[in-house]
Amino acid sequence: MALARTDKREPAARRIRANECFHCGLPVPAGSSWCTVVDGTAQAMCCAGCAAVAQTIIDNGLVSYYSQRSALPDRDNTVPQSLRDLDVYDAPGISDTQQPGTDTSLQEGALIIEGISCAACVWLIEQRVMRVPGVHHIDINFTSLRARVRWDPRQIRQSAIIAAIGAVGYRAYPYDREQAERARQRERNFALGRLFVAGFGMMQVMMYLIPVYLADGDMTADVEQLMRLASFILTVPVVLFSATPFFLGAWRDLRHGRAGMDVPVALGIGAAFAASMLATLRGSGAVYFDSVTMFVFLLLAARYFEMIARTRSLAMQEQLAIRAPVYAERLTQWPAVHAEKVAARALRAGDHVRIAVGATVPADGVLVDGVGELDEALLTGEARPQLRHAGDVLTGGSFNLGNPLVMRVTGAGEATRLAAILRLAERAAAERLRLARVADAVAKYFVAALLLIAGVVALVWSVIDPSHALAVTVAVLVVSCPCALSLATPAALGAASGRLHKEGVLITRGNAIEGLATATDVVFDKTGTLTNGQMQLSSVITLGALDRADTLACAAALETGAAHPVARVFTGAGTSSPRVASGLSHVAGGGVEGEIDGRRMRIGTPAFVAALVGRPLPVSLTAVAADSTVVMLGDEGGWLAQFTLADHVRSGAAALIADLKRSGLRVHLVSGDRAASVHYVAREMGIEQVLAAALPADKLDYVQRLQNAGGVVVMVGDGVNDAAGLGAAQVSVAMGGGAEVAAGNSDVVLLGGRIEALQPAFAGARRALQVIRQNLFWAFGYNALAIPLAACGLVTPLLAGIGMAASSALMIANALRLLRGVTPAESSSGSTVAVTG
Amino acid sequence: MEIVFLLVPVSLGFAFLIGAIFWFSLKSGQFDDLDGPAHRVLMDDDRPQPPQ
Repeated sequence: MALARTDKREPAARRIRANECFHCGLPVPAGSSWCTVVDGTAQAMCCAGCAAVAQTIIDNGLVSYYSQRSALPDRDNTVPQSLRDLDVYDAPGISDTQQPGTDTSLQEGALIIEGISCAACVWLIEQRVMRVPGVHHIDINFTSLRARVRWDPRQIRQSAIIAAIGAVGYRAYPYDREQAERARQRERNFALGRLFVAGFGMMQVMMYLIPVYLADGDMTADVEQLMRLASFILTVPVVLFSATPFFLGAWRDLRHGRAGMDVPVALGIGAAFAASMLATLRGSGAVYFDSVTMFVFLLLAARYFEMIARTRSLAMQEQLAIRAPVYAERLTQWPAVHAEKVAARALRAGDHVRIAVGATVPADGVLVDGVGELDEALLTGEARPQLRHAGDVLTGGSFNLGNPLVMRVTGAGEATRLAAILRLAERAAAERLRLARVADAVAKYFVAALLLIAGVVALVWSVIDPSHALAVTVAVLVVSCPCALSLATPAALGAASGRLHKEGVLITRGNAIEGLATATDVVFDKTGTLTNGQMQLSSVITLGALDRADTLACAAALETGAAHPVARVFTGAGTSSPRVASGLSHVAGGGVEGEIDGRRMRIGTPAFVAALVGRPLPVSLTAVAADSTVVMLGDEGGWLAQFTLADHVRSGAAALIADLKRSGLRVHLVSGDRAASVHYVAREMGIEQVLAAALPADKLDYVQRLQNAGGVVVMVGDGVNDAAGLGAAQVSVAMGGGAEVAAGNSDVVLLGGRIEALQPAFAGARRALQVIRQNLFWAFGYNALAIPLAACGLVTPLLAGIGMAASSALMIANALRLLRGVTPAESSSGSTVAVTG
Repeated sequence: MEIVFLLVPVSLGFAFLIGAIFWFSLKSGQFDDLDGPAHRVLMDDDRPQPPQ
């Protein structure tokens, strides 16, 4: 959706060419007779769905949608998805999240709308929904793609509103996290209000005080006093309202007996304001209202932009959250098929649930009936549909593409993996917050030292020149504001994490970036990490009369019902001409025997099949690559085929390892697999340090030995059988796939399961550390220069405010460089770059 | 110069008025969506509606 929304600024209406569907823009299939009269012209439609949607739009008098739209609708949204399921949205357990409106007879709810690609969509939906009787108000937020609807429950139910939105081709879901959103909105509004008051106050105060500066004593005392009084009145709301976060923060810090960065800020603001106020009331002495308001405004602006950035990343998480299924079809009397619709959160472990085709799996569970094809892309990043048989685990949030399924629930609601992934992402966000606090703790010493310096400066100046003592002290407090120091690290880490998230790398621990940047050794697991962890058919050699497709069909027929991983390879590879085998008998450790078209056949190990064939395997076929498994097919007449299965090395793994080695990292392969296949993979990948047939304890020992030799170890594993090693390594990287993510406690998760994402992870971490060093260098350099100057009375409070703000802005800008992509040249060099700021 | 004794209080009054207006508009949700209205204003439909 994010992609589609970038179209929104296209100025001209998208033109539909001949042979394209007038509604969705896809090619119209030859011989299609669907068409809809739009503005008196018959327009070709590609399918019944588009024709129906177009007709709905026209019947509602919304035809100008077609002339105004700047982007075409999402293809899969044109056909409203199973409208009959909608009544479940009215069920108790769902509507309890809806907030009562101001008018008690009206109900108010929030919806998330999918498929909005341009402003015309917003207009179309609003127009359509407003025409539904009983709807009092709808307001769609184009930024968050959320709609607020107020309706009269006596006239209409929420499901009808969702259906109305569905009828014009968009998908709407009730929004579950209403409360959180309200809180965030209120927080944002307050921040915006504070920023506005401070900014507006700053400008007005300047208007009053600049004439005083320019007049340079020529102004009569009563006019000057008037100007001071006016600026005082405008500064009061800035200090009392806009600056409250700083005072509250400082008070919190002091109550806990520590000196956070809010303390000198609050002290600076408070002292300058109090002194100026006294001077104004007494009618003599210098006033610093301009410095106070500007200082508050600049600090608030920095915080506001930081908050906006945070909200953006939260919105990204919520895209995931809205995938969480809302309802389920519970089979109350399984195995008798008697379904009732319930809210997904009402499911309990042990319930049986039917999953219709195209529906979302409502909870985690075990497949009981049916053979399913499931799209788990959301959870594992695996784009291909996954085949699931009875007894297999299903993950909540995946889509059922194949057949209707029946599942026994093992975990629902908060116990699902989807919920676990969400929690993990939230933890990552919280972890960054924690890191900001760590930076605050470092700033603590700085602040303590600063307060001491300020005290000394105040004392010394009150002896030398009491009239300037306050101005100099305030200048010292303001110019050295430790925000720059506190910003240096979190800003860089936040930007780097955001950038890496886009690459499919989820940093869940704050120290992972430093670990990745300073790593010396990378230890890989083999199965499931460098390889896919799944058997795949790598070659088929036909030996008899049957062709390739036939042998695969026979193999699939024989292996039907077998649970062995090898069997999945055949039953999962869709065959064009399905065969049926009868009289199947399984021989453990051998294979399967059965009858196809009256011919007895065997599939399995060469020895097992040879017993039926009566002839030994041709010598030319006995040599087998170390990483492969061989499966033979034969009948009484002779050998039919040789299948070679292999657990394939992930694409991109070899390039990644070459790249890691180029950047000076030592790469190790440690696996519990048998030596032959481990060494084979190591050779393929060019890894010299190999440990095969390793038990979990051996892996731990290996990692610890590297660490004892002074190495910073990054361990990459699939998160389950490497737990010990992952725990010991400085940075643990888990391949993100369902359960592993949920169970693992790793520092970094490769969300897409794409191992090559490690390369940008290392490069990004190095760049982040570089930027952090530059920022810290700048912060210390600036303070070392500015504090003595201010202490000597060479910096006015106004100048100090400008200097502080410029230094913070420079640091944020430097950190934001991390948001840009990694260039190949930078990615392969681990060396540090000279400070350019 | 006496005029400033009138103008400065008037400008102060305006400043607070503007602040109040801003606060009211913030409360009424005008700053909730800073992106959509810019596009929505371009959408208008002057055609006669078909009878419902």
